[in-house]
Amino acid sequence: MDKSNVKGFLEFVYDFYRSMKAHEITLVYEGEITHQITKAFTSLTESNMAKESEDNSVQKKVFHVMVECLQNISKHADSFGSDDFLFAGRGIFMVSKGKKDYHVTTGNVIENDKIEELTEMLNQINSLDKEGLKQLYKNQMKEGRLSEKGGAGLGFIDIARKTGNKLEYHFLPIDEGSSFFLLTSSISRNA
Amino acid sequence: MEVIKLKGTDDTPTIILDKDNGIFEISGRSLPEDVTTFYEPVLNWLEDYQDEANDKTVFAFKLVYFNTASSKLILDILMKLEEMHENGKEVVIKWFFPDDDEDMEEAGEEYADIVDIPFEQVSYTM
Repeated sequence: MDKSNVKGFLEFVYDFYRSMKAHEITLVYEGEITHQITKAFTSLTESNMAKESEDNSVQKKVFHVMVECLQNISKHADSFGSDDFLFAGRGIFMVSKGKKDYHVTTGNVIENDKIEELTEMLNQINSLDKEGLKQLYKNQMKEGRLSEKGGAGLGFIDIARKTGNKLEYHFLPIDEGSSFFLLTSSISRNA
Repeated sequence: MEVIKLKGTDDTPTIILDKDNGIFEISGRSLPEDVTTFYEPVLNWLEDYQDEANDKTVFAFKLVYFNTASSKLILDILMKLEEMHENGKEVVIKWFFPDDDEDMEEAGEEYADIVDIPFEQVSYTM
């Protein structure tokens, strides 16, 4: 970077900082999601919430949602492009904390031919009430065998059950073969 | 029979499977990196135990947290125990939950609905 680039970069960092503040983002990460990362983020968020004397049941819910979201990325994010440095199992992970709720947001690349199935699954979950979600969870547990990656389709159902809120999601096209999948879950702070 | 004794960590539960002393317990937190590999020895142990089970087996679950991947493996364990029960052995599940944790209580109720074994819910204060 030459001198003017450095200045531009540092200004970008300040803008980045200000947008994080504006969106009340307490944690943001882009990269590979490993088990170690999952453990580090959940324990960091747990200790922050404990310090702020967040309600116990809210703490538990945030923990549940974080674990399931992180595991979704590590097991299901697809790779983008053929370059060696772009490998699967990575994405963006974000936690934000507002006055009324916490938001846990993930974004990762997925292959376009998986969109239909994923949309169907998310819409089905969003159409169900508490009792319906319970039944679906039980059925999935009984019948859904663990895939080779260890996901059982239970994560999304669990998030919907624990938060009591709908799963908000969006797909943005990247190229003919792949899209960026964004999902945000909110956990109400007045439990 | 060999005794399985695993000390819990922040992502794996404490497990004690001790036929001679009649202790069968899984407690703590369960979100292992690879659930299938982690629970494999437990399922294998139960498979062997089936043939020489004690007259009565009281199996205790005292979990404070488990992820959805673990929930399937917990069901696998319960189904092994159900098999033993079907084969005429006396088996009782004790599902412990913190008294302020409705989700853990409900998880116990759901398992009790799925498997056909005597199931006791026990609340405790953390």
